[in-house]
Amino acid sequence: MIDEKFIYLMEKYFDDELTIDEKSELNKFLEDKNYRSEFEEQKKLKEVFMKMTLKNPGNDFWDGYWLNTYNRLERGLAWIFISIGVILLIGFAAVEFVDRLFTDDGGPIVIKVGLVTLFFGSLVLIFSLLREKFFKLKKDKYKEIQR
Amino acid sequence: MASKIETAEFEELVKANMKRAYFSALVILGSHDEAAEASQLAFVKAFRSFHKFDKSKKFFTWYYKILKNLCLNMIRDNKKNVSLEFLDTQVYENGEMDLVEKNELKHNLQIALFKLNAVDRGVLILKEFEKYSYKEISEIMEIPIGTVMSRLFYARKKLAELMKDLI
Repeated sequence: MIDEKFIYLMEKYFDDELTIDEKSELNKFLEDKNYRSEFEEQKKLKEVFMKMTLKNPGNDFWDGYWLNTYNRLERGLAWIFISIGVILLIGFAAVEFVDRLFTDDGGPIVIKVGLVTLFFGSLVLIFSLLREKFFKLKKDKYKEIQR
Repeated sequence: MASKIETAEFEELVKANMKRAYFSALVILGSHDEAAEASQLAFVKAFRSFHKFDKSKKFFTWYYKILKNLCLNMIRDNKKNVSLEFLDTQVYENGEMDLVEKNELKHNLQIALFKLNAVDRGVLILKEFEKYSYKEISEIMEIPIGTVMSRLFYARKKLAELMKDLI
């Protein structure tokens, strides 16, 4: 089991922030060969990290970054408006359609019943899909991730 | 609808934070395309909730939570293998390693980092590449500073185990 104090001192050592007292405290830990080997291992990895850097995608990417983000924002808004428009139009058309279907005395009854069940089935399907999506969002195991 | 002032304010925030946002996503997701998409989508989400953001707090701390969740969701949904290309080797005047060695080390480090879980990888990258202080990491990840230190220690330990023949 590694002493938390050792971890604290070692991290401070890596950041070059040890006080003189802390240095001697760390040295005491390092007299133990297990702690010494932990220290050497961590130090080697720090050295590996120092040889690496994150890959930079280049200036063109950064120059266009805000514009791309803004385009996504704008398109998101556009889709919201389009969706509202489509829902309103479909809703209006559906009401008109059902109204005409039942006020019209002509035509076979089987077609009327078929269209109504088709319409009702579509509604149930849409409701089911929306509910599934909603619960998936609610139960998203990463949504409230706290570590 | 957002006002022009709000959009201009947000533009400044995006420009000030885009690099750390992109690199944070890059080390979680491992590919340029996904990191670009995730970091920009997280900004879009942040913009939509911008009215909820407490302006006395650091923007990136708030934004990072959105980004992290988005990236984790992308990992969960995206089952295809991504090509891991997110590291570069530092250029030194007096190179103590040759290019082949460095490239091999880079390749293996990328693979080993991706064998860690996303949170361990994230904390390591914030510290080792982004050079965040323990306090900043503690704010971003909402964990005490002592936990940041021990998480870093154990993440490096796991990494050392994965790379034991190479370092």
